[in-house]
Amino acid sequence: MTRLIRAAAMVTGICTIAVFFMMLIPGWPLFSHGHLLALLAGGWNPTSSQFGILPMIVGSTAIAGGALLVGTPLSLGVAFVTVIFARGRMRRILLSCVRLMSGVPTVVYGFVALIYLVPFIRSQFHSGSGFSILTSSLVLGLLISPTMIVLFVNALDGVDPRARRAAATLGATPVQRLLYLQLSEALPGLLSGVVMGLGRAMGDTFISLMLAGNSINMPGGVLESARTLTAHIALVMAVDFHSLEFQSIYLCGFVLYLFTFMLVLILRAVDHRFQRRRV
Amino acid sequence: MRRFTELLLVIFSWLALLVFAASFLSLFVVLLLRVRGLDTVSLFFGDTPPLDALLHGLPVFDGIYPALLGTVSVVTVAVLCAVLPGVFTGIYLAEFAGPWAHRIVNLLVDVLTGLPSIVVGLAGFSFMVLLHNLFPGAPGPCMAWSALALGFLVLPYLVRTTETALQGIPAELRRTAPALGATKVQNIFFVLLPFRAKDLLGGVILATGRAAEDTAVIMLTGVVASAPGMHSLFKQFEALPFYIYYMSSQYRDLAELQYGFGASVTLLLLCGLFFAAAFLLQSYVSFRFRGSSWLQK
Repeated sequence: MTRLIRAAAMVTGICTIAVFFMMLIPGWPLFSHGHLLALLAGGWNPTSSQFGILPMIVGSTAIAGGALLVGTPLSLGVAFVTVIFARGRMRRILLSCVRLMSGVPTVVYGFVALIYLVPFIRSQFHSGSGFSILTSSLVLGLLISPTMIVLFVNALDGVDPRARRAAATLGATPVQRLLYLQLSEALPGLLSGVVMGLGRAMGDTFISLMLAGNSINMPGGVLESARTLTAHIALVMAVDFHSLEFQSIYLCGFVLYLFTFMLVLILRAVDHRFQRRRV
Repeated sequence: MRRFTELLLVIFSWLALLVFAASFLSLFVVLLLRVRGLDTVSLFFGDTPPLDALLHGLPVFDGIYPALLGTVSVVTVAVLCAVLPGVFTGIYLAEFAGPWAHRIVNLLVDVLTGLPSIVVGLAGFSFMVLLHNLFPGAPGPCMAWSALALGFLVLPYLVRTTETALQGIPAELRRTAPALGATKVQNIFFVLLPFRAKDLLGGVILATGRAAEDTAVIMLTGVVASAPGMHSLFKQFEALPFYIYYMSSQYRDLAELQYGFGASVTLLLLCGLFFAAAFLLQSYVSFRFRGSSWLQK
């Protein structure tokens, strides 16, 4: 039995590493065909065999950044209300609702936003088709909020109760305790919440695929269409297997894998500092 | 000035809650309004008589029954595949791993948690192609591949649930069985895991919900827009999330659009059910745990 348990852990670990090579090996002809830098920093023009994925990197970053700009204040606000005002049963109900909302499937957001939000954006701004960075950022911001709220509330609640009681004894109201004590004490926890939100936003496929328009050009503004790395993978799957164009999706997967790895390292660094400060 | 900042914070917080609640409320209201008046039987079974489809496997062409069946079966197979490795890896992390092994496996599980589902799908796809090149008879895109890739996607949830469940067990209970002569493995499987059985079940249900909503993985490994007949592990299949995505771009008239909304509500209810069940189980456990004072003595 012990051997079986060790084997299971090995399998989990090896599969995770194997995913990395599953991006590297099939994409190798493309990686060795041009310079990696040209692929990462170049534009996309298959007719002159340019397979740079810079527009997709920019698109992913812009949409995920926009989602954070929408989602972070929203989640912070809801977390503040939960921490300051909600007590007992009301707090349990509020948090249960938030948790349930984190279970709303991505395609459902995409579907409803496609029918209602896209025409709304189109009619409001009188430019473009409504399929834009703005549209997908708004929806994606809402999508990552429930997860971020739970993490924020956990971080704010994790502040040493002795310090909180001390502040209360000195006459601090709940609002003052939050503003002057919990916010600064829980900063690392809040930060890791934001980083996790960023991870979810970068990794999402269907919101941007359905709402961002998937134009291959470099986006010039928030009302313009863009294509993300994830959407690129989904779109190019329909093309011929052996072309270099097809292999560019492995490069996208490769970049996404490295990005995830980087985020995990950042999260650990934040956690580590947090723990050291507490000692 | 400070008073002003505090007031501003309060106003901002309530505004945020208002916007948040309003967005979700409008999402649900829109869905409810759009499916009102939709005939449930024809939504699920189209023109095929429901009993024939259910009992005799008659193909359904205009309904979401094949998609629902596809989602349920692929998710079931996926979670069945993932439970054992997931729970065992969790046990390994909580009870067996030395410091270095713990660090490495922990890091890898974290990376796996963060991997975008489309990357997992792409890895599954390229593994499929690789196998196909090595053994030309290997199956192409089909439900088995989707289930394996989906199982891999939800693996970290199972690992983490098991790990935290085992870590939260009080020392008194942990030492009892070994004191009576039980081995480490016996202690884990006959005392510690059963003690947290509801937590584990909650984790499994949560993983099921995550698997049911995912679209990217199955899109790259075997889902198709139309597979009206009975399902087999080695055939391509329909699934609810992909049906919704397909309808969003391919609908031809309002009736088909309404089917898209119907499918959305069905998927939402399915996932909501899983999530609610998981949280009920887990909160019930923590409640019971707080109540059991005999352990703290």
